[in-house]
Amino acid sequence: MQPLIEVRNLRYRYEDGTVALKGVDFRLDPGESVALFGANGSGKTTFVMHLNGLLGAEGGDGRATVSVCGMPVEKRNLAAIRRKIGMVFQDSESQLFMPTVLEDVAFGPLNLGLDPAAAVERARTALARTGMAEAAARAPYHLSAGEKRRVAIAGILAMDPEILVLDEPTTFLDPPARRSLAELLHNLPQAKILVTHDISFARSICTRAVFFLNGAVAATGSIGDVVEQFGWGFTPEKNAPGR
Amino acid sequence: MHHVVLERWSRQSSPMHRGDPRVKVLNLLVFLVVLSTAHRDLVQIAVALGGLLCCAIVWSRLPLMGALGRAAVVLPFSLAFAGVCWIAGDPTRGVHLAVKSYLSALAVLLVVSTTPLPALLRGLESMGAPRFLLMVAQFLYRYLFVISEEAQHMAKAAQSRGATAAGMMGRSARFRAAAGALAVLFARSYGRAAEIHRAMLARGFQGHLETLAALHFRKADLALAIAGMLGPVALRFAVERFC
Amino acid sequence: MHIPDGYLSTAVWTGMDALAAPAVIVIARQAQRRFDDARAPLLGVMGAFVFAAQMINFPAGVGTSAHLLGGALLAITLGAPAATVVMSAIIAIQALVFQDGGVLVMGANILNMAVVGVWAGYLPFRFAGATRWRSAAIFSGGALSVLVSAVCAMAELRLSGLPPKTLAVSALVFLISAPVEGAITLAVVKALDAIQPGFVRRPEPGRRWHSSVLAIGLTAVFLGAVGVLFSSAAPDGIEKLGLVSGMAGRVKVLPGTPFSGYEASFFTSPWMRKAAAGLAGLALIYGIGLAIGRVAAARKRSV
Repeated sequence: MQPLIEVRNLRYRYEDGTVALKGVDFRLDPGESVALFGANGSGKTTFVMHLNGLLGAEGGDGRATVSVCGMPVEKRNLAAIRRKIGMVFQDSESQLFMPTVLEDVAFGPLNLGLDPAAAVERARTALARTGMAEAAARAPYHLSAGEKRRVAIAGILAMDPEILVLDEPTTFLDPPARRSLAELLHNLPQAKILVTHDISFARSICTRAVFFLNGAVAATGSIGDVVEQFGWGFTPEKNAPGR
Repeated sequence: MHHVVLERWSRQSSPMHRGDPRVKVLNLLVFLVVLSTAHRDLVQIAVALGGLLCCAIVWSRLPLMGALGRAAVVLPFSLAFAGVCWIAGDPTRGVHLAVKSYLSALAVLLVVSTTPLPALLRGLESMGAPRFLLMVAQFLYRYLFVISEEAQHMAKAAQSRGATAAGMMGRSARFRAAAGALAVLFARSYGRAAEIHRAMLARGFQGHLETLAALHFRKADLALAIAGMLGPVALRFAVERFC
Repeated sequence: MHIPDGYLSTAVWTGMDALAAPAVIVIARQAQRRFDDARAPLLGVMGAFVFAAQMINFPAGVGTSAHLLGGALLAITLGAPAATVVMSAIIAIQALVFQDGGVLVMGANILNMAVVGVWAGYLPFRFAGATRWRSAAIFSGGALSVLVSAVCAMAELRLSGLPPKTLAVSALVFLISAPVEGAITLAVVKALDAIQPGFVRRPEPGRRWHSSVLAIGLTAVFLGAVGVLFSSAAPDGIEKLGLVSGMAGRVKVLPGTPFSGYEASFFTSPWMRKAAAGLAGLALIYGIGLAIGRVAAARKRSV
């Protein structure tokens, strides 16, 4: 079974010299859902941006490899790779950059070469899939955080990817919105990578976790084990207020 | 806020709202030229044209008093100029300035209140306006509200800090604080632009922004064009002939 | 400084629109860099920034406050062609959505603020931005961007027949807001340097003759406009620029409008005609210089 994503010895250094990634290995199999945990600045987002060539597609050192669906992540494969991997970023406001929801969701299909009518069709289907069909003519600015998140996901689904990557998807979401987002993601068949701090959210969707520490993978395993190992569980004191 | 209100009005429904944006722009230009080039009998022409605008506003199902009030944004400036013209011995010019600028503003307001800005921009593109400039305007409008809100937060925060230190902080210190706030806003805007670009790349952007829907010219639009272009011209002829 | 509809005479606003259109098209192409749309979001967002920046108040002395206008700051951080495009988009949105500035006269407003104002704001930095006169260059850029666009606007208003007293009051306002803009621009650039030095680009080396031509052209336009403003006192002053009037005489500035028969009679007065011709001639020189510069730049890039 060929892995969807295979990363070997990925290193990355920022322009100012700070080392962001120190030899990361990673693997994603079809249908899997993986959570990436780690402190802010531990390299999770930097890592994830290598998967669709937003970083590192210019070459880098010859020893590192990132391949997606069997294709190495380099300039000539980027168009095909970005079809396979859909990425939802933390700030939805910057992701929904078109004047209306429909135009935004149709952006991906149009870039894939579909004609406007087919692109609109795909967009409407994706919006229906995420429960946002009525919002098609609205301006993104007026949507709630949860609605924006759903439209962003629709924008990715419209491209029919095999892998979904979501960077901190529960940011700004209230508990009901988190719940319905978890439900939505749970029902999507694609393989998923979830960068998150929200452990209970991750538990409802992901089967395993990878823990980043200072730019390297410190542990992989079940969510429970990883959380236990790094003390990421949250246990209130017995006499804490409001308990 | 003004633009929020116009945005809301532009998403309502009426025969005018359904009109092709290109027709509305052409009608607007004809109206403005007829008004702007009038010198003899200006007051009578203005009354006639103003009446035409009021009918159009009502036909567009917009609040008449609200629209008349909003167009008055241009009045303080114009009345000041008119006042000085009066003092300088050229009262007719003062009247001309005030009347023409007000009615022109009202005409523009009518078009923008019955056409969502993205549709208006698309109409302008279809009429030959430089595409790149219109795209910049589209993104500007999309993020106008977002960044204005950020600026408002920063202004309030600075204000609350300034208020507590009132009198202690000299003018130059407050000046530098404001400059610092602007620099931060600049940096955040720049960062947001980078996020937008990343989001575009992640969804297959390869350098060319595709357009979605073509504009459709219908029979009703022809009627609107004829009425809109002949109306002001006929009114002016009539006034100059018979008054 | 945004001129509303109804203030400019037909000849002036049609002339300004005719000049602004090719200038903006050519400059937009330069800003776009080989037809790549990728810069559009950046320019749009920075335009939104300028709008938003106008909400932040700077103390300007004696209980007044001022805000950033932005032309010079944009030019210094994004380059002058991009700044022109951003300012043009701002002017368009201001006219359409906020009814601040007219639609027919948009060409004049764009020419004043987005073309002439931006370049006047950029050129000091272009020449001295990498020297120890950097702060002075930035300050004078900010001040000049306001001053030059204001003078051009006032010249257009004067040519359209507005009495000098109206302009005197505006002139006072501009004389104050020009150095304030300079001060704000400098303060923001300094703050930006502290956050991240990369924001403010070093003025690009080489091709200095382009900037020199532009500087001369701009100065000519500025002097022309000032000349127009004072020509009511000495109408022959402009005619003494013999070369210019001679050239301009061959230029047809007034496109026939269907309503030209209804024009007010002020255009038959001789000094007005000469002043208009003079300014049109200068503008033509500027436009030609701009076009030459761009063509040369394009040719150089394709080599």
